[in-house]
Amino acid sequence: MSIDWNIIESSIPLLARGTLVTLQISLAAGVLACILGFALGLAALSHVRILRAFVAAYVDFVRGTPLLIQIFLVFFALPIIGIRFDEIWAGIIALAFNTSGYIAETVRGGVGSVERGQTEAAKSIGMTHPQILAYILLPQALRPIIPPLTNELISMTKNTSLLSVISVYELTRAGQAIISVHFVPFEIYLLLALYYYAIIKSLSWLSRRLEARMPVL
Amino acid sequence: MPETTKHILSVRGLAKSFGAKRVLRGVDLDVAKGETVVIIGASGSGKTTLLRCVNFLEYPSEGTIDVDGQPVGRVKAADGSWRTASERALASQRRSIGFVFQRFNLFPHLSALENVAIGLRKVRGMPAREAREKAAENLRAVFLGEHLDKKPSQLSGGQQQRVAIARAIAMDPTIILFDEPTSALDPELVREVLDAIQALAASGMTSVIVTHEMSFARDVADRVIYMDDGAIVEAGPPSEIFGAPREPRTRRFLEHFNMSGRRAVDAK
Repeated sequence: MSIDWNIIESSIPLLARGTLVTLQISLAAGVLACILGFALGLAALSHVRILRAFVAAYVDFVRGTPLLIQIFLVFFALPIIGIRFDEIWAGIIALAFNTSGYIAETVRGGVGSVERGQTEAAKSIGMTHPQILAYILLPQALRPIIPPLTNELISMTKNTSLLSVISVYELTRAGQAIISVHFVPFEIYLLLALYYYAIIKSLSWLSRRLEARMPVL
Repeated sequence: MPETTKHILSVRGLAKSFGAKRVLRGVDLDVAKGETVVIIGASGSGKTTLLRCVNFLEYPSEGTIDVDGQPVGRVKAADGSWRTASERALASQRRSIGFVFQRFNLFPHLSALENVAIGLRKVRGMPAREAREKAAENLRAVFLGEHLDKKPSQLSGGQQQRVAIARAIAMDPTIILFDEPTSALDPELVREVLDAIQALAASGMTSVIVTHEMSFARDVADRVIYMDDGAIVEAGPPSEIFGAPREPRTRRFLEHFNMSGRRAVDAK
């Protein structure tokens, strides 16, 4: 079997547009997932029982069902109850929803691993639990949270490829379009793999830089 | 309650169990304004637990705590009965009780100055500038004026513990509790921390100090309490406890120490 270099060459600009969409979706979903995930993680650490129960149910659902089904639910089921998004926003919301559940667990674990003496010292000067979370525990948990958080964001970025099933024209979908015309699955999937690899590598490089810049406590 | 108001700290019938293990068995303790009380005793005698129960870092199983005539850890309901204080109520009750930990427990992400200022700003609602000025003043009082902007990791253990003392003082507590404040320090750093505590005691601060430093106890205490097995065995002025203890158990405990000042044998 020989590689069709001409197809590869002509595919590169076609895939560039898909790459851009993948990056845009990843960025939007990543930001949303972080905001939501941190909020949920802190809610899981609050002393308000109903908040904790809500987060527990949320995380349970996210972990207990396949992402693909969650994507379909957002895209097909929500319009039935009158909530309608275009496929890109449906994809962003589904990914953010899914990833925020995992980030919530990461945040909860990271904050929970800060030494107990910190909470006691903060209590001893009269801080309330929300103040202790915000000013004492969360700032100390940020650095250890970065590596597992990066893992979640990497998974999420790779999972953008699932959005091809709701016809979001992201990288995978762009590749499939080329395959369906020229029937060159090997070349294109290989190329896709390289593209994703490059995206993920840059992401983990960014994360390591960020981690290195955070002060060691 | 006139009986409790004349004391800064009033502990009544304090008991604490961890599971089946009874760590405190009904402790009564009154500390007068300006008094320095030192608690001594072997490891596991319950002295640290007693201290931690006073500001509800540990919830007592039984008994009551009052600081400056105000209940700690409980609130009076409308019908006159007592309820366990809510977290928020407890947080505000704790403001008047300073606590210095064995392992300092400074906030590692904050500078020395911020460690002291954060309580003033977030708990007392002081404007940032004012809080920083007061914090700097509190740090200068423990001779750390040169180290305001250093992180705890850049300070020696003795300096860290002095920051912790400044952090407690900054909140203007009515009493400060010291939980073995020098036990985690290298021997050459113990003195500077003891000096800071002694200066504080001399300035009229009411304090309860759990320590293994016997000569310090003798120098600083108005009253020494010997605890064993979760109860107060003997209490009295240092001259009496160290000079002529009445209880055989106190005598046996003190025999472990060479009273020229050094800890000769570990207390256990």
